[in-house]
Amino acid sequence: MSRAGLTLERVAIRHGTRKLVEIDTHVGPGETLTVMGPSGSGKSTLLSFLIGSLDPSFAAQGRVLLDGTDITETSPEYRRIGILLQDDLLFPHLSVGENLAFGLDTTRLPRARRREQIEHALDDIGLSGFANRDPATLSGGQKARIALMRMLLSEPKALLLDEPFSRLDAQRRAQIRELVFERARAKGLPVLLVTHDREDAIAAGGRVHSLD
Amino acid sequence: MLVPVLAGLLGTLGPAFGYLPALGGTALTLDPFRDLANTPGIGRASLLSLTTGFAATGLSLFIVALICAAWSGTRAFRAIERALSPLLAVPHAAAAFGLAFLIAPSGWMARIVSPWLSGWVRPPDLLVLQDPFGISLTAGLVVKEIPFLLLMTLAALSQIRADQTRRISNALGYAPVTGWFKTVFPLVYGQIRLPIYAVLAFSMTVIDVALILGPTTPPPLAVQILKWMNDPDLSMRFLASAGAVWQLALVVLALLCWRTLEWLAARIGRAWVRAGSRGGATGALKAASLLAAILVAAAIVFGLLGLLIWSVAGFWSFPNALPDSFTARTWMRHATGLWPAITETLLIAAIATAVALFLTLACLEAEERHGIKPSTRALLLLYLPLIVPQIAFLSGLQTLAIFTGLDAGRTSVIFVHIIFVLPYVFLSLGDPFRSWDMRYGLVARALGASPDGVLWRVRLPILLRPILTAAAVGFAVSVGQFLPTLLAGAGRVQTLTTEAVALASGGDRRVIAVYALTQTGAAFLPFAIAIFVPAILWRNRRGLRHV
Amino acid sequence: MRHFLIAALTVLIAFPAFADPDPADWDSVTTQARGQTVYWNAWGGSDTINAFIDWIGTRVQEEFDVTVEHVKLSDTAEAVTRVLAEKSAGKDEGGAVDLIWINGENFAAMKAQDLLFGPWVEALPNWTNVDVSGKPAVISDFTVPTDGLEAPWGMAQVVFYHDTARLRTPPKSMRALLDYAQANPGRFTYPQPPNFLGSTFLKQALIEFVPDTEILQQPLNPAEYDAVTREFWTFLDTLAPNLWRKGRAYPQNEARQIQLMADGEIDLAISFNPNEASNAIANFQLPDTVRSYVFEAGSLGNASFVAIPYNANAKAGAMVLANFLISPEAQARMQDPNVWGLGTVLDLDKLGDADRARFDKLDLGIATLPPDALGGTLPEPHPSWMVRLEEDWIERFGVAR
Repeated sequence: MSRAGLTLERVAIRHGTRKLVEIDTHVGPGETLTVMGPSGSGKSTLLSFLIGSLDPSFAAQGRVLLDGTDITETSPEYRRIGILLQDDLLFPHLSVGENLAFGLDTTRLPRARRREQIEHALDDIGLSGFANRDPATLSGGQKARIALMRMLLSEPKALLLDEPFSRLDAQRRAQIRELVFERARAKGLPVLLVTHDREDAIAAGGRVHSLD
Repeated sequence: MLVPVLAGLLGTLGPAFGYLPALGGTALTLDPFRDLANTPGIGRASLLSLTTGFAATGLSLFIVALICAAWSGTRAFRAIERALSPLLAVPHAAAAFGLAFLIAPSGWMARIVSPWLSGWVRPPDLLVLQDPFGISLTAGLVVKEIPFLLLMTLAALSQIRADQTRRISNALGYAPVTGWFKTVFPLVYGQIRLPIYAVLAFSMTVIDVALILGPTTPPPLAVQILKWMNDPDLSMRFLASAGAVWQLALVVLALLCWRTLEWLAARIGRAWVRAGSRGGATGALKAASLLAAILVAAAIVFGLLGLLIWSVAGFWSFPNALPDSFTARTWMRHATGLWPAITETLLIAAIATAVALFLTLACLEAEERHGIKPSTRALLLLYLPLIVPQIAFLSGLQTLAIFTGLDAGRTSVIFVHIIFVLPYVFLSLGDPFRSWDMRYGLVARALGASPDGVLWRVRLPILLRPILTAAAVGFAVSVGQFLPTLLAGAGRVQTLTTEAVALASGGDRRVIAVYALTQTGAAFLPFAIAIFVPAILWRNRRGLRHV
Repeated sequence: MRHFLIAALTVLIAFPAFADPDPADWDSVTTQARGQTVYWNAWGGSDTINAFIDWIGTRVQEEFDVTVEHVKLSDTAEAVTRVLAEKSAGKDEGGAVDLIWINGENFAAMKAQDLLFGPWVEALPNWTNVDVSGKPAVISDFTVPTDGLEAPWGMAQVVFYHDTARLRTPPKSMRALLDYAQANPGRFTYPQPPNFLGSTFLKQALIEFVPDTEILQQPLNPAEYDAVTREFWTFLDTLAPNLWRKGRAYPQNEARQIQLMADGEIDLAISFNPNEASNAIANFQLPDTVRSYVFEAGSLGNASFVAIPYNANAKAGAMVLANFLISPEAQARMQDPNVWGLGTVLDLDKLGDADRARFDKLDLGIATLPPDALGGTLPEPHPSWMVRLEEDWIERFGVAR
């Protein structure tokens, strides 16, 4: 039963009488599943369900399992599912370093060790010395990299991507996209990508599930 | 919210129908109302309440709408907004005192033009202040209500994508002002309806401003009621209660009238929109509305300046534009008396605001966590204490407070203040709180933060500025409360406002000026904090500059 | 345990009955007063008076360990209302008001409604010095007997003041005043009745127009009223259109009237404090060309009192305060024009030399008349006159015509 990866077991979400999403699948470690569909087709609803923030006006059936553990009823903060959304959503009141530290387990790591880890993470994405910067002063690409790194530092066991590249210009877009998938594969994370951009789907390379 | 208002109303209704056992009134009777009807000048006083209410509300709304129509979306609009918003914090009494000294025949304006221009060596015998038609009272109210309605309108505008609508109507060939009135105004109006009702009810029943600027032969109804309530002839309490019930009826009547007018205006307005005229005269309307905004700001600013000069004036005779001598004596003499009042005022305001803020945040957060959508009815409930005339339920509440053993003074004052502070805090924080980008919370949760963690580590810090602003609004409201402090505090709780109004009966402009300025200072302090704390705390956070 | 509770409750309930101090046993009053806080409800509209009350508080604290909190009222009736509200809520002890500065209508109302504690006044140690025979107003408040329910502490008398720079020889009778107003429209006014001073102006005028002033000491007889007051109302009717703002607005109190004087809007004004003009000059409120004077017919005089509500929380403290208020030390300070300038209620002949000297060395202000120039005081009419005059005035002038 303990199957590594993200399992969506006979998931069905309705809003009133209208059926929005129906999906039954498994995403293995390092694998990417792209969910495609026009706006209003329930892509974001599915993501909300997976991270545990579905609006009570929706009714959901089925189970979500992560590495074999049922997390359907688990609070979002204990699911260990990382998300990247359309916008970088860096916390505007925190510095770049504090943003990165937000996802770190504060109880486990001593302060010095945390700082070290953040410096290391910044080096890793080519933004050395940016720890004290105001996120609002960064370029779009820089922000996207910080957002990705912030998520990875929280050590998720799966990745949900909600059109995370759509706001970037064409050149950065490819760069960031590559970075994200490369990291996910390196860490062996199952990835669920939601998009309406065919190019994203191709770049992701995995299976495609269409909603309509 | 509902309980204190209803309980207070009951405490007023009893005596109005002759029931007040302590005074030997045990049978229900209509006598108090008969006495009320026989009071000389009651018709005029009631009419005055209605005319002042309608004139002040109508005029404020018209000017605010014109300002928004002519200027919204421009850089000048930001300037107008910045100039008018702080005026909201100026307590009514202080603004009224300032205005009174500006426009009186012996006032500053007359002094500045005399005698070289006007030829006046002595003040002209003109009935400018306290005129029987309540014109100066209306002016005083308009000056204070415009900043309030403007802020409410701004909040509404940000919710309805006004700029887009405006661009579309302009593209369709409508002149900006006409286009705004045809497309944006109907939407805005729906959002600011309750604040307008509050303004109407307040203008009809205001006491401190009416004492300073209102007519006296006869005074407006609310002032009469307070006089009766305080009459040494204790049987006047029956009359006072009947008056309070009548005042309540008048307010209800006025609201119904206003509602009918709304309906009529909507019908006429629709016909006007259908007619499709593109309008014009943009320049003239822009100039007129700018002038109105400048006049409002000038009335308050120069009024306060006048107070400042009076507070350090030696003897100052007419028609000198400045005092014959200056002295710090008035300030020094009152320094010792001011301190206890200042600390009392700040303490009460701080606690009332803190409680209101806590309740508001708890409500808003619960609303969100449990997915509750606030209904219009709930909103109406919140506005209830602002719409029901204070005089109609506070006296009843006073009796109630004594019953429950809550008459210790400060505690009950704080409690009553919360009733009035809470709606304002809720109204000013509700929109920014709800319009916060929920995805921040989502991301934070996914990063391992609990719901409380999200609230404390992410949401509240990001919303620091609107939270502090809401607190400042609440603080200013608390500082300005007169009647509630007087009635709930057993007269023992002396805030800057009760002291200022008590001293107003003493009438020395220097002393009034000292208290009115201190009162204004107390109301402004939290606004200064609301501006500077985030500015300093977030000086390196560009992303928070416009939250 | 239950017995104990019942006993405790009994004590608690019975306690107030034992707690009411007995003024005849003054030592126990002062003992009980120690540590008490007295909430003194007094009109707070005057700077000079507030400062005097402050001083009283400081002295009483030093001397008797009684804390005085001045509850500043804009109208004495606020305190009456509060006591009434407490009574209607059944709060018969531990009330919010301990002492009220009171007289006239307010006293009559509280006395009639049994809202006062006492009698206690004549048991005060300092009562012996009060000039009861020379100043009958100290036991007869607007003809209502005080019955020991309120203690007098200051004597007020009607004076007029005028600005000599604008008006050299002021009118000294109501008829002369009318002539002056007709010749100089808009240069005179009086506070709007039922303001206390405004009503006083009405009574002062009434005295000059009734056929026989003795009638005013009796309760008003409705049958005679019209005939007796006809001339008086004719006077007011003729005066009104010649008043400041043509009688369409009135100053709300004496302080606003002072402001009108300072601004040069009016030329003369009425006051109930012979020292008011001097005080106002010292406070930059009036030009130093203002002087006081009295009318030829004489002027009304009355006393200020303090009374203790029946449910006061600190009755002993309040009595100690009242007793100090009529001590030679406090009275001399009160009469000092640099402090307040209100007339004393004491008979100076009864005082010892040292206390006498306190009064002798007082320096009167430039606009204050010496005692002999003030002339005799006229007794206040029975309250029923004032009530009726106020009602009729409001009907005739108080609502715009």
